[in-house]
Amino acid sequence: MVSNQIMFILFAAMIIVFSVLTVTSRKILRAAVYLLFVLVSTSGLYFMLNYQFLAGVQLTLYAGGIVVLIIFSVLLTSHISQKFEPYGWKKTAFSALAAIAGAILSIITILDYNFEATTVAAKEMNMREIGLSLLSVDYNGYVLPFEVISILLLAAMIASIVVAKKGGPKRIDLPTSNKE
Amino acid sequence: MNTGIPLQYFLILATVMFFTGVYGFLTRRNLITILMSVELILNSVNINFMAFNRYLFPHKMEGMFFSLFVIAVAASEAAVAIAIIINIYRRFSTINVEDAHEMKY
Repeated sequence: MVSNQIMFILFAAMIIVFSVLTVTSRKILRAAVYLLFVLVSTSGLYFMLNYQFLAGVQLTLYAGGIVVLIIFSVLLTSHISQKFEPYGWKKTAFSALAAIAGAILSIITILDYNFEATTVAAKEMNMREIGLSLLSVDYNGYVLPFEVISILLLAAMIASIVVAKKGGPKRIDLPTSNKE
Repeated sequence: MNTGIPLQYFLILATVMFFTGVYGFLTRRNLITILMSVELILNSVNINFMAFNRYLFPHKMEGMFFSLFVIAVAASEAAVAIAIIINIYRRFSTINVEDAHEMKY
């Protein structure tokens, strides 16, 4: 029980620290690596909650797929050593105000509400159960969203190939680059 | 299993992560960092779904499948967004949202 709490505090601290670093880091590649740490700690939380399948999906798809994609596009579009200029204090202050106000409101609401934990025995979620209910057409089946998501993935794949394909009109020079 | 950790801790953690993503979304000007903030937001919502499913409805699987579909949508969204970002970079030589404001081509 105590080790459980220690692990939770560790993961929670990692998630909070690295997500703040992700949105404030001034080097873009570092921000991507901090995002990777956040996603890996989240998968640790899923392991703690006993969702092994989803933790694996999180590791392979998020930490393995999306972060690599983001790092690739960072390398394609920016210089590694490039640093962002600091943002204006007005924008930072108002964004921080909005975020902190929203967070405080939500946390007060969460602490106010009385969640009642159930005493129902937990259902065992092995791969067989997950696969059967993903393809079942019964009341608790998920075959329709499964089909919809497969079509969405196919459409996204074709769309990203078409959009990123080479060719088309020439590049437009920005007014700023014309002046130089 | 996870005795000793109230449900509220998970929810507060997800809230902090969500609003960190909102802060990044509002302040960042680079398209890829905006995309990273969106990933943070989606991920925090997933934590909420999983915690609710485990604590309040452990005999059902709705939260798990919803998170699974959110992950799939996030993956396709990232793929399309990065294709668009690369296209914008090819046309304008920048991915700063304040410089690339023309849709004309």
